[in-house]
Amino acid sequence: MSPLQSARVALRALRVNLLRSMLTMLGIIIGVGAVIAMVGVGAGAQARVAEQIQSLGSNLIIVLSGSTTAGGVRMGQGSRLTITEEDSNAIAREVAAVQAAAPSMRGSAQIVYGNLNWSTGVQGVTPDYFEVREWNIAAGRAFGPEDLAGATKVALLGLTTAQNLFGDSDPLGQIVRIKKVPFTVIGVLDRKGQNSWGQDQDDVVVIPLSTAKKRVLGVSQANARSVGAISIKIRPGEDMAEAEMQIRELLRQRHRLQPYQDDDFTVRNLSEILQTQEESSKVMTYLLAAIASVSLLVGGIGIMNIMLVSVTERTREIGLRLAVGARGRDILLQFLVEAVTLSLIGGVIGIALGLASSQAISQFAEWRTQVPAQAVAIAFGFAAAVGVFFGFYPARKAARLDPIEALRYE
Amino acid sequence: MVILTEGLTKDYRLGRHVVHALRDVSVAVERGEFLAVMGPSGSGKSTFMNLLGCLDTPTEGRYLIDGEDVAGLGRDALAGIRSRKIGFVFQTFNLLARTTALENVELPLLYSNVSARARRARAHKSLAEVGLADREDHHPSQLSGGQQQRVAIARALVNDPTVILADEPTGALDTRTSLEIMALMQRLNRAGMTIVVVTHEPDVAAHAGRVLTFRDGRVIRDARVTTPRDASAALAELPDVSATEEDAVA
Repeated sequence: MSPLQSARVALRALRVNLLRSMLTMLGIIIGVGAVIAMVGVGAGAQARVAEQIQSLGSNLIIVLSGSTTAGGVRMGQGSRLTITEEDSNAIAREVAAVQAAAPSMRGSAQIVYGNLNWSTGVQGVTPDYFEVREWNIAAGRAFGPEDLAGATKVALLGLTTAQNLFGDSDPLGQIVRIKKVPFTVIGVLDRKGQNSWGQDQDDVVVIPLSTAKKRVLGVSQANARSVGAISIKIRPGEDMAEAEMQIRELLRQRHRLQPYQDDDFTVRNLSEILQTQEESSKVMTYLLAAIASVSLLVGGIGIMNIMLVSVTERTREIGLRLAVGARGRDILLQFLVEAVTLSLIGGVIGIALGLASSQAISQFAEWRTQVPAQAVAIAFGFAAAVGVFFGFYPARKAARLDPIEALRYE
Repeated sequence: MVILTEGLTKDYRLGRHVVHALRDVSVAVERGEFLAVMGPSGSGKSTFMNLLGCLDTPTEGRYLIDGEDVAGLGRDALAGIRSRKIGFVFQTFNLLARTTALENVELPLLYSNVSARARRARAHKSLAEVGLADREDHHPSQLSGGQQQRVAIARALVNDPTVILADEPTGALDTRTSLEIMALMQRLNRAGMTIVVVTHEPDVAAHAGRVLTFRDGRVIRDARVTTPRDASAALAELPDVSATEEDAVA
C-alpha cells in the first residue's frame, strides 16, 4: 500500500472517532502552542537585550591612555596620555575592520548660563565621534571639520546638562561659559541613557577636541597631540576579538614597545559584558521551551494511549487485512500514519494557537514577543517526531498480531 | 493439482503438554473441485483450514498450493500467497463497518499493487458477479446478512484466487439465505472455481462434490458425492414467501 493510500485510510479511521481524535490532538495542540508562545516570549526578551546592546555600542572598542608607574606606584588609567590623534588616524587607516576612529579627551568643568551653573563632564571630540558612538543630534547641528580646524567655541549639550541649565527654554544659540570661556550652544544631543555601569551618559557637554585642548582642558606638556581615549567603531560582521588584537598590535608597534614591556594603553570592549547578558536571556528561552515541551511529551503519551485502544478495538479488522494479503509493514504504516496525522494536525493547530497567544501576550502584557520561523519549523518537526515515537509501539503491536487470533478476537 | 498436502502435521504446545491438532494429513484437491471439510469441534478441521489458508505453518509435512511449496516461508511471503491465491469467506462476514460494499470488495487489491482505477473496475465486476451491482454504495449495516455474505464472497473473488476457503459461510444465516449462498458457491464452482467449505452441518456438506471428514486430527473419511444436492433447485422448492428478507431490507 502506498503512503498516500495509508494516509487516506488513516484519515478515515480518525474521522470515525472524531471527538476522540480531537481530544487526543488537544494534547499536542497545547504542547506545541506552549512551546511556540514561550519561545516567542524568550526570543522577544533576547531581541530587546540585543537592541540595548546595540545602543550601547556592541561594535565599539575603546582605547584608553595607559598608566604611569612612579617608584613602583602605578597611577591608574589615563594618568599619562600615551595615545595620540595620530594613533587614532593610524587605526582608522590601517586596521581593515575599523569603520571609524575618534580621539577624545575628557575632563570636568563648571558650566555657567546666566545665574545658573552645573558641574559636568567635558568631552573634547572630533566630528567622527558622533558616528562612532551612534549618538544622534536631537536639535541643532553637530560641529564639522572646520570647527575642529578653527578651534571654534561651539558646544553640544547632553540632555541632562541642557535641562539643568535651560529647563524648558531653547538652549540653541545661547552663550554658556565653560571655565569662563564663552561657548555658543549649537545643538542638543539625543538621549543616550545610562551606560552598562549606571552612569548618566547625558550629563555631558561636547566641544571640538582642538578647542578643548586650547581653552578648557589644557595640553599635555610632553605631547600636544596626545588624547585620553580613542573610540573605535568596528564594521558590522567583523570579528571583535580579531580587530581588538590588530589594534593592540598596531599600537604596540607605534609606541615601540618591546615584547617584555606591558601595554601602555588599555583596550576595552563592551561586547563581553553584553554577551553575558544575551547568554543569560538565551538560557531563559531554553528553560521556558523545555518546560513547555514537557506538555508536548504528555500529548505524545496521550497519542500512544489512544492508539493502543484503537489497535485493540480494531483487532478483527487487522486480522482481516492480514488475511487478505496485508503484510506486517502495511499494518505498521497504517497505524503509524494515523498517529503522525494526529500529531501533525495537532502541530499545525498548535502553531496557530502559539502564534496567536504570543500576539496576545505582546498586546495585553505589553511584552515584546517574537517567534522565529526556525522555532515554528522545529516545533512542527518535533510534533511529527512525537507522533512517530509514540505511534511506533502501538503500530508494531498491530503489525505483529497473529492473523488467526486476530480474526477470532471478540 | 491446486492443493497437495503430504503428511501435514500440526502440534501446539500448551504448557508442558503437546496437542496434536493435525496428524499426518495427505490430501490432493484438483482444480474445479468443491470440497467440504466436516468434523466435530476439536477434530482438526479449523487447523487444516488455517494451514490451507497460509495463516499458519505446519510443524511437519509439505503443503503445495498451485505447485508452490509453502514450507519455510516467512510472514510476508505467506501474506503474498494469501493475496495472490486465496479468497477467504468467514462465518461472521468480517466486513469493515462504515465502509461501502465497493470499498470492502476493493480491500484485498490495496495490498497487491493495483491502480485505483483498476481496483474500482475489478471490485465493480466482482460485485456484479454476486448480484449486488446496485448495492455498491451501501454500508454493511444497510445490508441483510445474506447480502453481507455475498459482498464477502465478492471480496474473496476480486483477486482472482486459485481457491476460495469458506469457514462456516452459512453459520450465521437462516435456511433460505443459506441456500442462496450455497447456490452462489455452486454457480462459481461450475464456472471453474475451486472451493473448500468447512462446516459441521451435513446439509451444507451435501452440496459439495467431495466430503472430507476429520476426527482427532486425522482424515477418517474421504468420500466422493456422485450427485451433490442442487441448492438452486432446493431454493425453488421452498414455499414462496412473498416478502423475503432481502426485499424487506431493500
